Amino acid sequence: MTDTPLSRIRNFSIIAHIDHGKSTLADRLIQACGGLTDREMKDQVLDNMEIERERGITIKAQTVRLTYPAKDGQTYVLNLMDTPGHVDFAYEVSRSLAACEGSLLVVDASQGVEAQTLANVYQAIDAGHEIVPVLNKIDLPAAEPDRVKAQIEDVIGLPADDAVMISAKTGLGIGDVLEALVTRLPPPQGEAEAPTKALLVDSWYDAYLGVVILVRVKDGRLKRGQRIRFMSSGAVHPVEAVGVFTPKMVTVESLGPGEMGYITAGIKTVADCNVGDTITDDRTAATEPLPGFKPSIPVVWCGLYPTDADDFEKLRESLGKLRLNDASFHYEPETSAALGFGFRCGFLGLLHLEIIQERLQREFDLDLIATAPSVVYRIHSTKGDVTELHNPADMPDPSTIDHIEEPWIKATIFVPDDYLGNILALCNERRGQQVDLTYVGNRAMAVYRLPLNEVVFDFYDRLKSISRGYASFDYAMDGYADSELVKISILVNGDPVDALAFIAHRSQAEKRGRAICEKLKELIPKQLFKIAIQASIGSRIIARETIGALSKDVTAKCYGGDITRKRKLLEKQKEGKKRMRQFGKVEIPQTAFLAALKMDA
Amino acid sequence: MSNPSPEPVALYVHWPFCLARCPYCDFNAHVRERLDEPRYRSAILAELAFEAARIGPRPLGSLFFGGGTPSLMSPDTVGAIIAAAKAAFPGAEEPEITLEANPTSVELGRLAGFRDAGVNRISLGIQALDDTALAFLGRKHTAEQALAALAQARSLFRRASFDLIYARPGQSVTAWRDEVRRALGFGLDHLSLYQLTIEPGTPFERAHARGEIALPDEAEQAALYAATVEEAAKAGLSPYEVSNYARPGDESRHNLAYWSYADYAGIGPGAHGRIPLAGVPTATVRIRAPEAWMEAVERRGHGVREEEALPPEARAREMLLMGLRLTRGIDPARFAARAGMPLEDALEPRALAQAIGEGWLAWTRHGALAATAAGRLRLDALLPVLVR
Repeated sequence: MTDTPLSRIRNFSIIAHIDHGKSTLADRLIQACGGLTDREMKDQVLDNMEIERERGITIKAQTVRLTYPAKDGQTYVLNLMDTPGHVDFAYEVSRSLAACEGSLLVVDASQGVEAQTLANVYQAIDAGHEIVPVLNKIDLPAAEPDRVKAQIEDVIGLPADDAVMISAKTGLGIGDVLEALVTRLPPPQGEAEAPTKALLVDSWYDAYLGVVILVRVKDGRLKRGQRIRFMSSGAVHPVEAVGVFTPKMVTVESLGPGEMGYITAGIKTVADCNVGDTITDDRTAATEPLPGFKPSIPVVWCGLYPTDADDFEKLRESLGKLRLNDASFHYEPETSAALGFGFRCGFLGLLHLEIIQERLQREFDLDLIATAPSVVYRIHSTKGDVTELHNPADMPDPSTIDHIEEPWIKATIFVPDDYLGNILALCNERRGQQVDLTYVGNRAMAVYRLPLNEVVFDFYDRLKSISRGYASFDYAMDGYADSELVKISILVNGDPVDALAFIAHRSQAEKRGRAICEKLKELIPKQLFKIAIQASIGSRIIARETIGALSKDVTAKCYGGDITRKRKLLEKQKEGKKRMRQFGKVEIPQTAFLAALKMDA
Repeated sequence: MSNPSPEPVALYVHWPFCLARCPYCDFNAHVRERLDEPRYRSAILAELAFEAARIGPRPLGSLFFGGGTPSLMSPDTVGAIIAAAKAAFPGAEEPEITLEANPTSVELGRLAGFRDAGVNRISLGIQALDDTALAFLGRKHTAEQALAALAQARSLFRRASFDLIYARPGQSVTAWRDEVRRALGFGLDHLSLYQLTIEPGTPFERAHARGEIALPDEAEQAALYAATVEEAAKAGLSPYEVSNYARPGDESRHNLAYWSYADYAGIGPGAHGRIPLAGVPTATVRIRAPEAWMEAVERRGHGVREEEALPPEARAREMLLMGLRLTRGIDPARFAARAGMPLEDALEPRALAQAIGEGWLAWTRHGALAATAAGRLRLDALLPVLVR
């Protein structure tokens, strides 16, 4: 089964917006090719993680090898590469796409093209893919296939006349999709006799097998016992097993040119397996790696602290376990005067941050305090050197700073006409620069350059709320630029709380400072002492709120029958104190730190 | 404590029935069409015998009839219970015997009968001296009846107490001072002043949630409380507990047993007790529903629902949360004896030092740890920080 001639292999990925039916279509294709019996089919076979299923997104790349007897009488191997579906994983997506020759562009016939689809389809075009448009959900009464076809042609510039019309839900048109893959996608190219070159698409940690590596062979072969070399690091490992996913794991003798599958090689951590790396044979090594390798770089950082200080070691272990499986996420220990011992963690983007936080809480049962996310600033000192700043609390003395650069993004927003005004106002408020504004029917596409730090402050939630959920949003990093940035400190009774410090543009500083003081006034309950909450830039106070001291808080009636209840309440309150952080005499509830994330006035 | 005889025991008897439910009340009270008083009386007497047998012969320090509305009992029943309690817990001194009464005409007609049955202290549920306020609180008596009750209590009993509820919606400090003053004018020796609080599961809670009841804010509550203390002082009553005022020497002996964490037995539906069982301090709770309680007593001689042995940490917390309500505070030697751990081990040292520094707690000249007047007002905020 591994000696499939190149002419009978097709490698493809599926590009779709969330909810447009990618997973359902994948399930139907697997079913149609007999990959799993009906009994084995779970909904959405490919999304393994609980979070993936719940959010309907793919975080790790996966492949399925399908065997399809085509109308031309030949049996084809169709390798479906399921790619991560979010901009945070843009690089991972680009490597998955590099492993294929073509893509199915799945668009919901009742919804039309969304921003996320657009970004991914452009990536596929960049990867040289042949693209087959597929209109899904054509059985819905609200389906408008003609309008959506026109939109694909107008917005993406792809001919959509021979788009395949399907309903993944009912199974309608699935046979046409399989035929289109065979007839419309090009077969892969490659030399069986050339030195081995395989693309490392993704990897994950399996408790039994160690690290499993997903590969696409370009030239040569991968077989059991072979000594392979990772070209970026030079590390050499003996191949323990070679196999394919049907989607069940099935071992094979070897993988040849054009094929996709997995290898295991006694590797303990995915941090040694960089996505995009080239795997070659150690003895007859290729001279040039495959193009396009980039190490992953976190763009958003935040502090994660255990709510209960006793959980610090558990947090360290859990982060270690997560990193076994996700090398793109970084962490290093840090201490905060306010929050104690914790970790500064770097992520590929906001979704990635959310996913890691959620997994820590769910899979490892940890209760966490997260500080406000921060982007990576470049501090140019007066001496001429440049340092990267991950934590606002570490901002050096302003007198030593010559200038600061902040990262920008290019954002693409799709929105129905009616909400365009709101969206433009939001972008302007966030220091956005309009790059492009075009209309397709009653939908507008706005392209903006925006500072990333304006987006990490609840931009996405606001975007959704002011467009009643209709706006879709995607972004790509777009370089660094000089900026007038200041650090805003939050002081409680005169003492700065490092975990609440943040960096903002000078023009936004006062508004943000006021907003956070007001919010903290709401969130910090009255206590035994008067509490002053201030925001400052350097020594200049820009906002102030006061929480008055409790003047009366005592149970009126307490007799023999009340003691048990009162004692239990007291025990509960003591337990609750663990969730508070002490600053001098003041206790700040955990919610106050979380609220710093949602700081829009 | 130089007395060689064993420490007295306090006894609480719960009468769970009322003519009507008051909308603010979350006590174990029930309204019934018909009451089988003899059946209730037999059950109480059975539980009394049950407790006497396991507590052993100790003197009765106090007996308290609470409710519900115990003044709905016949003086006959009250007399029978008093006689049985005195026989079960014999002692040289006359115990304090208190009964709670409401100022309705039916109950007022029985006050003399209660006195003759052995009750020596009466506690009147006056609550307000204003007809609008009484109607709001769902009370079944008028201000005129309340005043008559105060006069009658004064003439029938040497020791008489009354309850008032303050921090009612829209209440001004001036009106409240006037109300307290008028009530104090009858010369009673004891007074319980309760701030109106919204308790879960009551009609007031639902009305409050709908926005129909607006309570005074915290600052207004504090002002009303301060006015209360002043008015009571003018009448010669001093605050000896957060909500209680007495002429020196006339403090409620029974309630002091709770606040000083002495032993008390609780009988009747839903009653709580703290008694040593086989030498181990134990919390006892009776079945709450009156009918189920009576059936259990008839079946097995007692209506105990739950008994929980209290470890030193639990006792320490209970003693702290009760004892700091008292003006006189907590005596460290007594604390160690009752809680089974030294007082300093039960407290967070930093919080203690801070609370003393802020003037919320102080060591008294008798060597006790006590909350100051300011500290008592903030006790609920202070305790979770203070206890270990």
